[in-house]
Amino acid sequence: MAISQQELAERKADNRRRGWQIFAIWLVLTVITDYLVWFVWGPHMPPGTMTTTAAAQQFDFKFLTAMVVPVLFMVWVYGGYVLVNFRAKPGDRGDGIVLTGNRKIQGIWYVASTVMVLFLAGFGTFELIANNGIGTGGGPSPIWTPSAKSPLVIQVIAQQWRFTYRWPQFGGMETTSLDLPTNTTVKFDVTSLDVIHDFWAYQLGVKADANPGVNNVAYTTTTSQVGRFTVRCDELCGIWHGAMYNYGHVVTRSAFYNWAHQMQVQNAGVTKLLPPFSLTYTPSYSGAGGGYYPSYDPNGSTQTY
Amino acid sequence: MAVEMTPVSGVKSPSGSRADGLKFVKPWFTGNFFTALIGGAIGYAFGHWLGNAIASGYTVTINSGYNDVATYLSLLFGIVGWFVGLGALNYPIQKLLGLEPLEPAKSEKRTFWEHWTYSTDHKVVGVQYLFGMLLYFLVAGLLALGIRTELLSPTYHIWAPETYIEIVGEHGTMMMMMMTSVVMGPFGNFLIPLMIGSKKMAFPRLEAVSFWFTVPSFLILLSALWQGGFQSGWTGYAPLSIQGGPGQSDYDVAFMLMAFSMILASINMTATIINYRAPGMRWSRMPILAWGLITTAFTMLLSVPVLIDGLYVMGLDRAVRTAMLYAGHGGSSFLWENLFWFFGHPEVYLLALPGFALTTELLPVFARKPIFAYKTSAAGMIGVATLSFFVWQHHLFMSGMNPDMRPLFMLTTELISIPTGFLYLVAMGTLWKGKIRLEVPMLFLLAVFWNFLWGGVTGVYNSDVPVDALVHGSFFVMAHFHFTIMGQLMFAVFAGVYYYVPLLFGVKMNDKLGKISFWIIFISFNSTFLPLFMIGLLGQPRRVFEYAVRLQHLNQWVTVSAYVLGFGILLYVINLVWSLAVTRTPSEPNPWESQGLEWQVGYPVPKDNFEKIPVVLRSPYYYGYENPGPIADLDPSAERVAVVSGGDE
Repeated sequence: MAISQQELAERKADNRRRGWQIFAIWLVLTVITDYLVWFVWGPHMPPGTMTTTAAAQQFDFKFLTAMVVPVLFMVWVYGGYVLVNFRAKPGDRGDGIVLTGNRKIQGIWYVASTVMVLFLAGFGTFELIANNGIGTGGGPSPIWTPSAKSPLVIQVIAQQWRFTYRWPQFGGMETTSLDLPTNTTVKFDVTSLDVIHDFWAYQLGVKADANPGVNNVAYTTTTSQVGRFTVRCDELCGIWHGAMYNYGHVVTRSAFYNWAHQMQVQNAGVTKLLPPFSLTYTPSYSGAGGGYYPSYDPNGSTQTY
Repeated sequence: MAVEMTPVSGVKSPSGSRADGLKFVKPWFTGNFFTALIGGAIGYAFGHWLGNAIASGYTVTINSGYNDVATYLSLLFGIVGWFVGLGALNYPIQKLLGLEPLEPAKSEKRTFWEHWTYSTDHKVVGVQYLFGMLLYFLVAGLLALGIRTELLSPTYHIWAPETYIEIVGEHGTMMMMMMTSVVMGPFGNFLIPLMIGSKKMAFPRLEAVSFWFTVPSFLILLSALWQGGFQSGWTGYAPLSIQGGPGQSDYDVAFMLMAFSMILASINMTATIINYRAPGMRWSRMPILAWGLITTAFTMLLSVPVLIDGLYVMGLDRAVRTAMLYAGHGGSSFLWENLFWFFGHPEVYLLALPGFALTTELLPVFARKPIFAYKTSAAGMIGVATLSFFVWQHHLFMSGMNPDMRPLFMLTTELISIPTGFLYLVAMGTLWKGKIRLEVPMLFLLAVFWNFLWGGVTGVYNSDVPVDALVHGSFFVMAHFHFTIMGQLMFAVFAGVYYYVPLLFGVKMNDKLGKISFWIIFISFNSTFLPLFMIGLLGQPRRVFEYAVRLQHLNQWVTVSAYVLGFGILLYVINLVWSLAVTRTPSEPNPWESQGLEWQVGYPVPKDNFEKIPVVLRSPYYYGYENPGPIADLDPSAERVAVVSGGDE
């Protein structure tokens, strides 16, 4: 156990040399990979840039990946180096050196990991607030809202197993598909008629749980990109959960208003029978019947369809 | 000390009590697994009759033809019948009647039949747990292959949607319920007394009952498959879970039984580790596995009761139509989400912690070095366990519940990477300038660090709200927790089983087959779950049977890899069973040259583990020391015991 001063000095020098070797390999691999992540893979990362929130999610994903690459390589390079250099030779049944700790290394590790974690939490918070909830459900009255004066309001009504959309600004019409105009701030009021669902418009970068009897608001702003997007249910909601999806389109403003007005006229006969726009919908009182607002529901404040 | 509480004097039947007028009785009935099945069936039938008698026609779903009161009562009475049939109640009833039951004589070597009975020998219970857990794991794993088979095609083709969702729920629930005990059960019960120098666990009856809860729990959960299953997945979100049929009640009761098992096992574990350490087994010398299990046990004790609460409320909502878990009559679907995750998040760490403890325990043996930064390692585990109670709302980032508090839960969640990182620091330091022996358990241990690295860094994506907006509820999350739980915990278990088979059974497993199975498992595991990150990022939600056509090739790749993974695990199990039942190659007494106290007693482990309570002299990790000396004095003189156990006597 007792080793001489000279041996100790030699061991220190050897540690330092090996440390630099590991650091050099790590640095080269990290720089190359981070470059590839940021500039080559980055622009193609999901979920694309169809809306401001999608673009922000893409940026954050890219940023985290760039942060993670050095961590991955730290463990990999170290592990690979150790396995190559400190593997017992065949037949060698001896032991390694006695080393029960190293105050300096441990201290560096504690401080570095804490700094990194606090930075990440701060960054995540900043991004969440700066992007007005970044397309996530912010409850009935979100505190982070976009500055746009009158967003396009769409009520997303989830039920087993489909989504329908309600347009209070177009006479309360209801549609089964979702068309959005370009360059517009959209407010989604997400609710459910029966069990918990989740409204996930993948390319729009919007995700909000649809809770029965509760309104969950998410914002996004479309860009000038037009195209198709997918809406999926992202919370297990029963047998046909897997088939609960539909598609929507981001279209030019004129195309959108044409479509919307046409739908409004088409719906006019039905809209006048529908209840006034309501922020919440109450399911049947047992929560299990699966029917629409039965008249015997003692709690029902809304009318039946 | 007024009362003699040290286990030094050993455990004896109270021979002096004959004078107190106690009447000694021989057991007229000793139960076993088969009589327990009969008892369970009788209890089930009685409960069903009773339920229908008192509440016929009182159903959640009108005209559904079943009565949830009967379902619940049949399961509850079935459990009572199960334990009566097992003979678990013999002892307490005889005691109540003022009789002194005579324990059957303990055989020197564990017999095969003992494992089918209600045994209070911690070594028997450890082996029972080992094979029980193996069975549960394999059944749940088979269900996973069923899921992957369905996902070969972007639309449903093998299973009907309702069957698919049954299989998904069954796989998830069985894995998450049962694997909580995959380290604490077998390794905890068998090894902890040996490691800390005790003759037994603190509460042998709790230890037996904790195992025998898992069997009916498994059977009831499995029986859901024949009753329409449950469509709510393992998370059981209300009101979906209130809609479900009898299978959902099976989920409810099975989960609750497993919860009781966890609580009892952890009471036993904490009591044992605190009170039954041999003299000289200071906290600073305690094996890291004991540290891991005591933190796990404390976490279980504090979190599992919340689950029982939730399941109880779910049972009331389902059976007698209270309205606590859904909106309408004052309840809220958020209540279940909170109760469930307040248990659920600590739970995933109490899956991870024992895996890490086991890994850290075995690593020094194969690196031939002391543990680097031992205290940091213990602190890391305590830190993870503590923080795990403050993070549960990160499962609800998208729910619209407390949206303004998300930065806080993002912070607490990310803070967990600090103590988790400690465990990497410890491992990396331990490997530095070791003489690394790449034997089969070591390969699994190194794989733990490879796998958990993926699980760990992707955890950061999940905890970050802006990125979680993309990955929440998708296959990305699914891949994340398979890397942390299966890639970490199960790999550690594979290492542990391989490592401890010589101590448990006196035989060694086939090295060549072990290496082959390791490489198949490791490569196919990564080839299964790494692409799942991509699949999730490309927009596939969890638990769906339909997905975008463009994702078909990736999904097919994953499915084929999953089959190979299944084959690899099968190979590992064949190796285990073959070595135990057929080849039985005897092993050297300490094949890995470990310094642990558990290896000092030799095979077969004597029925009371130690002749005398040993006096522990040093930490079990003195690798590389020139003259480490023995870890413990196995035959201490009386003076030595008094000196080492402190001056208070």
